[in-house]
Amino acid sequence: MPKLSYAKALNKALADELERDPAVCVLGEDIGAGIAQLTLGLAKRFGTDRVTDTPISEQAFTSMATGAALCGMRPVIEFQIPSLLFLVFEQIANQAHKFSLMTGGQVKVPVTYVVPSSGSREGWAGQHSDHPYSLLAHVGVKTVVPALPSDAYGLLVSAIRDDDPTVVFAPALAMGVREDVTAELVPVPLGSARVHRLGTDVTVVAVGHLVHPALEVAGDLAGEISVEVFDPRTVYPFDWAALARSVGKTGRLVVIDDSNRSCGLGAEVLATAAEEMHLLAPPKRVTRPDGAVLPFALELDRAVQPAKDQLTAAVRAVMK
Amino acid sequence: MASGLTSPADRYARMRLIRGFEEQALALVKSGEIVGGIHPYIGEEAVAVGVCATLRDDDLITSTHRGHGHVLAKGADPRRMLAELFGRETGLNHGRGGSMHAADISLGILGANAIVGAAAPIAVGAAWAARRAGQGRVVATFFGDGALNQGVLLEAMNLAALWRLPVLFICENNGYATTMPISTGAAGTPAGRPAAFGIPAQTVDGMDVEAVREAAAGAVQAARAGGGPAFLECLTYRYGPHHTIELRIRLSYRSEEEIDRWRQRDPLGIQGARISVQERAKLDAEAAEILAEAVEFARSSPNPDPAGALDYLYASGLRGRDGVV
Repeated sequence: MPKLSYAKALNKALADELERDPAVCVLGEDIGAGIAQLTLGLAKRFGTDRVTDTPISEQAFTSMATGAALCGMRPVIEFQIPSLLFLVFEQIANQAHKFSLMTGGQVKVPVTYVVPSSGSREGWAGQHSDHPYSLLAHVGVKTVVPALPSDAYGLLVSAIRDDDPTVVFAPALAMGVREDVTAELVPVPLGSARVHRLGTDVTVVAVGHLVHPALEVAGDLAGEISVEVFDPRTVYPFDWAALARSVGKTGRLVVIDDSNRSCGLGAEVLATAAEEMHLLAPPKRVTRPDGAVLPFALELDRAVQPAKDQLTAAVRAVMK
Repeated sequence: MASGLTSPADRYARMRLIRGFEEQALALVKSGEIVGGIHPYIGEEAVAVGVCATLRDDDLITSTHRGHGHVLAKGADPRRMLAELFGRETGLNHGRGGSMHAADISLGILGANAIVGAAAPIAVGAAWAARRAGQGRVVATFFGDGALNQGVLLEAMNLAALWRLPVLFICENNGYATTMPISTGAAGTPAGRPAAFGIPAQTVDGMDVEAVREAAAGAVQAARAGGGPAFLECLTYRYGPHHTIELRIRLSYRSEEEIDRWRQRDPLGIQGARISVQERAKLDAEAAEILAEAVEFARSSPNPDPAGALDYLYASGLRGRDGVV
């Protein structure tokens, strides 16, 4: 069985949806050449009418997708750089996201925004290393952060088929992950979490690429502490019912989240657990520091990212 | 041709309706029946009506914060438009959008938009999709002179020109970006911007509905035939405030002489002179009747249920958590 790479999974999802639905199209910078690997071969196969290179005009082509969606299309937009989401926040949060409510339900805006290589790519510094999924979740835009190739496939397919704007974050540090895929690739419903490893002592909520170090920590601690690794997959809408089931079993909670600490997803998970779930010990979160801007030097870059040893310490701390 | 705008008298009647609608809305803001505020279109009626007179029913428009005129010119029901300003369930947007977001998708009105210049790339996307559908539809995107300094409008022009999309960029140059005169806010000229992208531009008398219509007609025809976008600068003026807050705080940034000078060229006067006195009186009375009915309709319409405050937020039907659990 050949291993499926994360980038190939996204590529296959795009190809399958382009094949299935003539309303689907892909827009973005350098997608004809396939510089981010997601769109390799798609322009040749489906034509440049449907896989269309845009000039470097992120704000215009983001709202262009909204306009096309208002006229029945299902555009997918690729952003090469996660920090571009700040540039197009108006077009996503203030335009695409608000159209359904503001028009009293007259329209839908089924646009998918794919962000390959979000978060730190190690060495790309301040304006290429953001991971702003918490920001999108905060404003209520549907947001997914797949950890595994099969989920990347399934969530991208679901995002494209969904009638609302949806952002798909493909973390840089997950893009190298390969997976033995034995079952058929299928859509993964938005808003459904996945437990990668069962445990009884502590629930670790790990987002995106951080699922992988979380699984390593769970393995390392096996015999000492039984860790359940919980991957929300979708950060908005979050699968609270599944989290309640997990925490109901373990009674302890740690979140590892590649967001800045203040108002990040980790804060929301802890707040909800404190309000609605029964915890045996104060929960903890491992995040980027408050207001972090990723510095360039590798050791500085890594110093502000949530780390495996921090997670191990946090898991031990909630067991005390 | 848009239904109801085929003759000079039709166009006078629609302008009269828009003028009356705005006067009525101003009074209702003042009395408190309309909450929030409005950006009245009084003085600029010839632009919306002149452009929409050249559009087919299945053509599309995008509008601005000063959007009532565009929405009514494209054919929206004045009763449902006013009910929207009242925030009633019977409004065009079920009371969820209000003055700055009024839309009627069934009539190709993709919505007023509260962010200056923001609708232009949406219009470009609509035109891109419309061309693919192959029905010869065009999209008119209205914006003011203030939008000329928004980068996204220039990006939108580039895309429209690059891909020869059927978009009409309609610049309503009323001389002021809120309180800033265009001479202090825009380097170069309005028509210089499309010229940079190779988009043909015309500057017309925006107080004369027939002049606007004639200029727009050529551009629409060319765009429909695959000739690409066009830019129309309509020289116009708003007789009233930028928005209704201005009435309360009594800003002074335009001279009475200037306002009076533009009043000499009232678009209703110019078009009214082209039809008989009797017909004009009849059309005025009809507009007044429609508006009286609209006020009655809006007033008697039900208020929305607060339990449905976030209805329509997600087209997929997703309901987020409440603010308190």
